[in-house]
Amino acid sequence: MKTDRAPISFTVNGAPVSVSAAPMRRLSSILREDLRLTGTKVGCDAGDCGACTVLLDGEPVCACLLPAASVEGASVRTVEGLSHGGLSALQASFLAHGAAQCGICTPGLLVTATALLERNARPGEDDVQDALGGILCRCTGYRKIAQAVMEAHRYLAPHLDGSAASLDFRLPPPGHAVGASPVRLDGVPKVTGEEKFGADSFPEDALVVLVIRSPHHHAEFSFGDLDTYVADNAGVAGVFTASDIPGINSFGVIPPFADQPALAEGTTRFRGEAIALVACENWAARQIDLSRFPVRWRELPATMDPEEALAAEAIHASRPGNVLVRGLVERGEPEAALENAACVVSGSIETSYVEHAYIEPEAGYAFVAGDTLTVVACTQAPHLDRDDTARVLGLPPEKVRILPTATGGGFGSKIDLSLQPLIGLVALKTGRQAALAYSRNESMASTTKRHPASMRATIGADTDGTVLGMVFSGEFNTGAYASFGPTVANRVPVHASGPYVTPHYRATARAIHTNGPVSGAFRGFGVPQATLMQETLFDDLANQLGIDRLQLRLKNALRNGSETVTGHRLEAGVGIAECLQALTPHWARALADAERLNATSHGTKRGIGIASCWYGCGNTSLPNPSTIKLGISPVGKVVLHQGAVDIGQGANTVIAQIAADALGLALGDFELKGADTAITPDAGKTSASRQTYVSGKAAEKAARELRQQILRFANVSPQASLQLENALLLVNEGGERRRINLARLAADGDGLVFSAQESYDPPTAPLDAKGQGKPYAVYGYGAQIAELDVDLALGTVKLVKITAAHDVGRAINPLLAEGQIEGGIAQGIGMALMEEYITGRTENLHDYLIPTIGDVPPIETILVEVPDPEGPFGAKGLGEHVLIPTAPAILNAIRHATGVLVTKVPATPSRILAAIRAAGSLP
Amino acid sequence: MTRYAKPKTLDEALALLSEGAWRILAGATDFYPALGNRPLLEDVLDINGVAELRGVTESDRHFIIGARTSWTEVLKAPLPRAFDALKQAAREIGSVQIQNMASVAGNICNASPAADGVPPLLILDAEVELRSRHGLRILPLGQFITGNRKTRLRQDELLTALHVPKASVAGHSAFVKLGARRYLVISIAMAAARIVLAPDQRITGAAIAVGSCSAVAQRLRELETALVGQSFDAISEIVADASLDELSPIDDVRGSAEYRRVAAREIVMRALRQAAGGSQKREAA
Repeated sequence: MKTDRAPISFTVNGAPVSVSAAPMRRLSSILREDLRLTGTKVGCDAGDCGACTVLLDGEPVCACLLPAASVEGASVRTVEGLSHGGLSALQASFLAHGAAQCGICTPGLLVTATALLERNARPGEDDVQDALGGILCRCTGYRKIAQAVMEAHRYLAPHLDGSAASLDFRLPPPGHAVGASPVRLDGVPKVTGEEKFGADSFPEDALVVLVIRSPHHHAEFSFGDLDTYVADNAGVAGVFTASDIPGINSFGVIPPFADQPALAEGTTRFRGEAIALVACENWAARQIDLSRFPVRWRELPATMDPEEALAAEAIHASRPGNVLVRGLVERGEPEAALENAACVVSGSIETSYVEHAYIEPEAGYAFVAGDTLTVVACTQAPHLDRDDTARVLGLPPEKVRILPTATGGGFGSKIDLSLQPLIGLVALKTGRQAALAYSRNESMASTTKRHPASMRATIGADTDGTVLGMVFSGEFNTGAYASFGPTVANRVPVHASGPYVTPHYRATARAIHTNGPVSGAFRGFGVPQATLMQETLFDDLANQLGIDRLQLRLKNALRNGSETVTGHRLEAGVGIAECLQALTPHWARALADAERLNATSHGTKRGIGIASCWYGCGNTSLPNPSTIKLGISPVGKVVLHQGAVDIGQGANTVIAQIAADALGLALGDFELKGADTAITPDAGKTSASRQTYVSGKAAEKAARELRQQILRFANVSPQASLQLENALLLVNEGGERRRINLARLAADGDGLVFSAQESYDPPTAPLDAKGQGKPYAVYGYGAQIAELDVDLALGTVKLVKITAAHDVGRAINPLLAEGQIEGGIAQGIGMALMEEYITGRTENLHDYLIPTIGDVPPIETILVEVPDPEGPFGAKGLGEHVLIPTAPAILNAIRHATGVLVTKVPATPSRILAAIRAAGSLP
Repeated sequence: MTRYAKPKTLDEALALLSEGAWRILAGATDFYPALGNRPLLEDVLDINGVAELRGVTESDRHFIIGARTSWTEVLKAPLPRAFDALKQAAREIGSVQIQNMASVAGNICNASPAADGVPPLLILDAEVELRSRHGLRILPLGQFITGNRKTRLRQDELLTALHVPKASVAGHSAFVKLGARRYLVISIAMAAARIVLAPDQRITGAAIAVGSCSAVAQRLRELETALVGQSFDAISEIVADASLDELSPIDDVRGSAEYRRVAAREIVMRALRQAAGGSQKREAA
């Protein structure tokens, strides 16, 4: 028997199917490509993420590890087969609990949990964890997933046939959308498997693009005979290199720093950098051995350490000393303040490269229609993608259309270009559709990371705990190309004080190039690293002064009227004290628990830690506008051009909720258009915790303008209420009702009979040479308590509980806000305890560890609402804030338990035990 | 063009193996991750169709675990308490998805130093049954695995079963895994221990193995000898004094050599105590 294709018959979701496939084809590939059942996702192709889980004769297995030959005669069940029309009880429960954020891991979870529930309809939390331990989720923090599974039984339909679950979508009445928690508007396709992510809609006859990448950190290369290679390899349509690029071969999220070639030119600067594309027919793609591609490498000495990089040859000729950007914030006389302080504490902390590890690797396809290149791909920033892709490919921006698919997690890395110029180049050169889905390995090797940081700081305080001054310096390894390195270097000095009054202050940060992976945006832009430094020193201060750690923080907390380290006077909306106050009873309870437990426990010690955060929403002292368009269609729908890309966090729902209340129509009347650059205005990138605040404000403005238009048209006062009834717009005022027949009105180019478009740009002011000014218009605040047990003999940590109080200004959608908090905490746990990306060594999801469902403890969320006068309905940003306090709270808790501070994260068992042993004594 | 064969009988499989080099495929859970997205260039002999390789049976002198038995099947098989460590390990190998497909023999033949299945089989004095067209060899498991990713399997041979001598199926056993997260994690270190206690709580037999702390998981014979005749209460002291010279841990991304040396002693102690206590409780360190 040869490996030729052979007929294989099995049943899928009860229906017999027969495919002709090579016996060793992975079932995941057959389901997705041959049967077009794209609900089964591929996250790693190695059994590490569980996204491809299907039921084989009723048992969960990874479809990526299952040869076609093994399914002959078997029964396979996928997410598409979980309900018979409508939703299963579990699917309904997932929606009701907000258990799906981006949705990429949702099918695997649903399938696996279905098998559990069919055996045990009322599972306990341990049962759920044991069942779902093999599926990674990067968005949710798993708490809502476990809850949804445990409570699925409540959503069984009362009907006798039991076919469809009962689910209340909780759509709020007009005027009450803000503050309600409707089921996310884009939720249903996420639980049915119908949602289309980057790799889910490839045209069948698209060329498959394979990427040749650098195996070295730094190398020169030259190609062999590429024409012969194409001729000798059946199915290869072409090979493309930097010499084929028609435009400017450099891109970057900050145009003045754009330095990264789409395809390297003769030299590669990091392992994983792309040098050539092989475009081939789908049937040939599986047979091409890229190790036989004609390229000669000459490895060059690589600079991997930022300290050494300062003295090494410049990686970019224009940046001597490899310093990309220096950031500085200085205020008062910090040295003098430290000299006069009664208590001075100093320390240093190191952090590692952290990988975003979204479960959806970058994927998309491109095609040319007429004179426009269209890129259909996952992204966080469609307009940036458009402009940069156009630049690389030598096209005017309006001739590039970015059509975003659903995005299976981003966390900052999908702001940068990845495959857009690559598939675009192949589409332009061949005139064919060109598709590419990154493998897990190439996603990890080639895309951005969190900056590793090496930080030192000194803080001085008075005997009563009043902070007098602080000096901070941080070196941030920005890797081979600029990406968001400048942002990190500028944001860190602004935030390194924490949300505390610090009258005398100097913070410097440098982004330094190495031949390491490119460091870019990752939830918090360097602030999570800097906060580790500051918050661990605050514990030193408290311990030395004998002051309660929470009280020390409360004493120094910024208040309305305080000036920040940039001299920005905060007039209103400062909620850090409220967050700390909300935590106070939890803190007392947790400390008492620890004291009681530690009195009798010797091998394991309970530790309690606390840390705060603050974070400015939007770009730092730079323009950062959003534009939102919406209108009324002739059939009586509110059409919202929702350009704030929803990568799972919930912008599709939150922006609509804001618009609904500003307009005065029901959320249920809304219909969303996505962030397609051809039809939807630029709402900026999904980054910097800016969408709820900035795009939300634009939506509020646009919706109010739309309301004005309608009121004027109807000639009624602002007190009038609106209502849609099919094609009729009813305007009620003072017992009178006007009916506007929408179908009779002329529609504009967007098919809207009334429409409005408004922009909003946060009012910030530039920072001067000493970093003084108003960098942000709105800040968000928060604080978290970590409770954990440390096994003193093994250095292992078991988290017991995280209590999180976050000042969101106004919770537009409390359920989604909770989801952000739980998910951010999970990422903070990973950063604190296990995540360390080592290029060339941990380029997969079994050597690079992110938290599983068993690693996230119960989380109690306290939503604090101190309204901000600038934000829509008082709302502030939240997305990044939530991750910032977690890791420092954990380090502080480990020190509380053991007496030792681990000064390098992740605090692995190995590092914790080494620190305990080095200290030689226990509390 | 590479070849693919899926024989239905052991004889067919052995006949094919005698003809040339094949990559043997069972659960495929190590096969595909190693293949990545490269094209398949090896001939594959898929043993999933050979029914006689599956299941746990008993002979007069042995428990016999068929090579293709999945870890889920091991977990569900009615077996004496001495197999508890093996069952606890079965729950820690990858995820449930992996346990449903991966085979016992695959975990052994893959010969990873971090194979969770190996220490619990070592403490049962398991032997491997190797068959070829020309005959049968039985080797102690400890001799079969010779190094990191190295075994004594000949090109014409198939590992067909594991034999656990009934003489070794005495007492209670336990498995302790040390990883940096709760589920789906490659072990930093793991220990399996089996202990036989007399009615007066004296230890009459002990078997201990540690994985991920040497190229091949090791039995700790010296410590085993030191424990025999001692009281259950003396375990901590004896383990604390043991040399553990059998271990030669290295530094890697999961932990330092020094850490492994310290942690190994601790998890050995916990595995012994748990086995001695006969506790069913699963201890994931």
